[in-house]
Amino acid sequence: MAQPPPPSSPILSVEGLDVRLPAGGDRPFALQGVSLELERNEILCVVGESGSGKSMTANAVLGLLPPGVRAVAGRILFDGSDLLTLAEDELRRVRGARVGMIFQEPMTALNPLRTIGDQIGEMFRIHTGLGRSEIGRRVLALLEEVHIPDPAAAARAYPHELSGGQRQRAMIAMALALEPAVLIADEPTTALDVTTQARILRLIRDLQRRKGTAVLFITHDFGVVAEIAHRVVVMQHGAVVEQGPAAAILNRPQHPYTQALIAAVPPLAPPQHAQPVAGPPILTIEGVTKTYRSGQLFRRRTVDAVRDVHLALAKGSTLGIVGESGSGKSTLARCIVRLLDPDAGSIRLDGIDLAALSRRELRARTRRVQMVFQDPYGSLNPRRRAGELVAQGPMVHGMPRAEALARARALFELVGLDPESVGRYPHEFSGGQRQRIGLARALALEPDVLVADEPVSALDVSVQAQVLRLLADLKERLGLSMIFITHDLRVAAQVCDRIAVMKEGIVVEEGVAAELFAAPRHAYTQALLAAVPGRGWTQPAGADGPAAAAARAAAS
Amino acid sequence: MREILARYIRNPAAVLGLVLLLAIVAMAVSAPVVFPKDPLGLAGRPLQWPLGNPRFWLGTDPSGRDIAAQIFYGARVSLLIGLAATAISLLIGVAIGAVAGYYGGLADDILMRITEAFQTLPNFLLLLVLVAVFGSDITTVTVAIGLVSWPPTARLTRAEFLSLRNREFVQACRTLGMRDARIIFAEILPNALPPVIVYASVVMAVSILLESALAFLNLSDPNVASWGNLIGAGRGVLRTQWYVSAIPGVAILATVLAVSLVGQGLNDALNPRLKGGAS
Repeated sequence: MAQPPPPSSPILSVEGLDVRLPAGGDRPFALQGVSLELERNEILCVVGESGSGKSMTANAVLGLLPPGVRAVAGRILFDGSDLLTLAEDELRRVRGARVGMIFQEPMTALNPLRTIGDQIGEMFRIHTGLGRSEIGRRVLALLEEVHIPDPAAAARAYPHELSGGQRQRAMIAMALALEPAVLIADEPTTALDVTTQARILRLIRDLQRRKGTAVLFITHDFGVVAEIAHRVVVMQHGAVVEQGPAAAILNRPQHPYTQALIAAVPPLAPPQHAQPVAGPPILTIEGVTKTYRSGQLFRRRTVDAVRDVHLALAKGSTLGIVGESGSGKSTLARCIVRLLDPDAGSIRLDGIDLAALSRRELRARTRRVQMVFQDPYGSLNPRRRAGELVAQGPMVHGMPRAEALARARALFELVGLDPESVGRYPHEFSGGQRQRIGLARALALEPDVLVADEPVSALDVSVQAQVLRLLADLKERLGLSMIFITHDLRVAAQVCDRIAVMKEGIVVEEGVAAELFAAPRHAYTQALLAAVPGRGWTQPAGADGPAAAAARAAAS
Repeated sequence: MREILARYIRNPAAVLGLVLLLAIVAMAVSAPVVFPKDPLGLAGRPLQWPLGNPRFWLGTDPSGRDIAAQIFYGARVSLLIGLAATAISLLIGVAIGAVAGYYGGLADDILMRITEAFQTLPNFLLLLVLVAVFGSDITTVTVAIGLVSWPPTARLTRAEFLSLRNREFVQACRTLGMRDARIIFAEILPNALPPVIVYASVVMAVSILLESALAFLNLSDPNVASWGNLIGAGRGVLRTQWYVSAIPGVAILATVLAVSLVGQGLNDALNPRLKGGAS
């Protein structure tokens, strides 16, 4: 946690802001009575779950509300003037020049047809009368300041030629070009890998300290808050529920919602009571290799997604596969369920090599290994009723329709859904509920092994905690063995008995979860662990007391 | 479903198109009741102007046939050709597009090269060749129109399948052990269909126009009372008795307009987000 800076007068203050949504939405107001103050030279984190109004607050400050959405009450004071009353051309002089903005996805925020240097230079061309060579010089200086390797080459590069982290650095350079008094960062590291995220957070903190910029940092991640915030504002349902210095909010949260949120953040250490499961292996992966080939006749490109992986899953245990994007963890998962055909190696389930089965044999055996997908929106056919989605699997394997639908109702009960809701369509469920439907669908075939590919990554932290509890509970009751793919080490620590760390298609380290977290051997594992945001912060013990448990129940 | 209907009703152009289309359907259905006699039989003195004779309120053509009767019966032919040719074109196009899009690779390459071979030929020329070879009775003409108009449907379906086949719900079906045919037709197709249905209205309008164009060249079936045949019959007297060609021309215009408006209305109702602003 960073030290709070000396107090001064606020540079940006939002007072009693109400933002009205168009009629016919699920609620009349996006924001109600939101008040917050951003001091000079501080990082203020606005934290909340999806739908809490945190991004809407940032958009209101910049006058970038979506069409049909209007601020109907309150003031946004910046430098003595109310931004809500400014005309569009006056606002344009503020945006970019006085208030900079960084977005979540740098690839979509940058124009793919223009070079990085050109786009950063545009800030100067719009807001200043500087000459070409002077602009070029300043662009290079900015890129140097955000620590892009080889700034001159980066200035000439197009957005797709840079990595995600470099693009976000370029975005930051652009936002800081005119030395704005306020920087608004909307989830700037959410789309990045954990090691990249750590470097970008460090960069934002350093730049903020050096330039004295006031930063309004929007995030959903308490780890990031612990890493970067001086002060914290917690939002829920469009209202501020609690605000205060970072140390106070993180360690002594007062509002029940904040307490529930913090209690839902998985601690980084594996639970003490966990007994390492050492049964006979139910699934053994030997020498699995998968290479992607692309390109035309004369320009073949090959990518080794998975290289010679050996792993074993003990019966009744959970094996975590951890890695950053591009590490091959999802490819490996898809090879195990044979959505992809591995190029080499064997995947033995009780002695049967799944990798060698023909399509026809596979269809019959597939029920023993089932998969839970990441995206709760994309993994359910929007045109089928929830009950039907769950009943589909058994019906494919010959169960009569009525019996399969009855089983679907029982499974709904098992995963904590209302059995009466089998007749509803997927869009009528929340994200967490959809993930439960996906789980019920996988369980309908009574599999021995469940392959879960980032099953909680798309969920809010409180919902994530519920789904993780459900998974652990079901595993226990049904005697499942599980392969759990995740990029989130906090989640892996809570769920997995053993963990395999993947990098560029290779398993670099594999071991018992508790040992791996306590004493990582491989340099990459150490780097991953060191990059977890908020690793220095442990939740207050009281946050998991009876009061918090009650609050958690209230929040869910 | 009800929501889609409500959005459709709120669109005045779409409602106008639907009313027009229903009127044409009513004409087609009521033809034998209103004009019990053969529309191609001699009815009276040739080339009577419309509104001149109370028996022939749209006048008569150069052969002395009742134009009003031919318009009513022509509605049957045009709608029938439009529907049948569209059905054929959808059947071929969707099947080829679905298989090419779902399997990709070699199957995609082969099927798309075939599609392109069809697309490089102007479809009216291809239609002329087919009619010249296989004759010009109404069934052949309809099938031939269907055969020349499927490539755009195939490309559209393929594009939808390409974006849908990697969605997680499709992968989930595969892990459940579902057969490919079932995944293609029961799982992906319903999701790919809305743009195809909208495009079908274009195919239908084009089919009606193609048949009229054939008839104008005297290459369609001369034994049915189609609008195109009537236009062709009026060709010789175009400068003096222009109404003979103009009346069926207006009927074709109205039908194509109605079908297009309905298609556009369906498009807006099925994809509300594409039409301006947040809603």
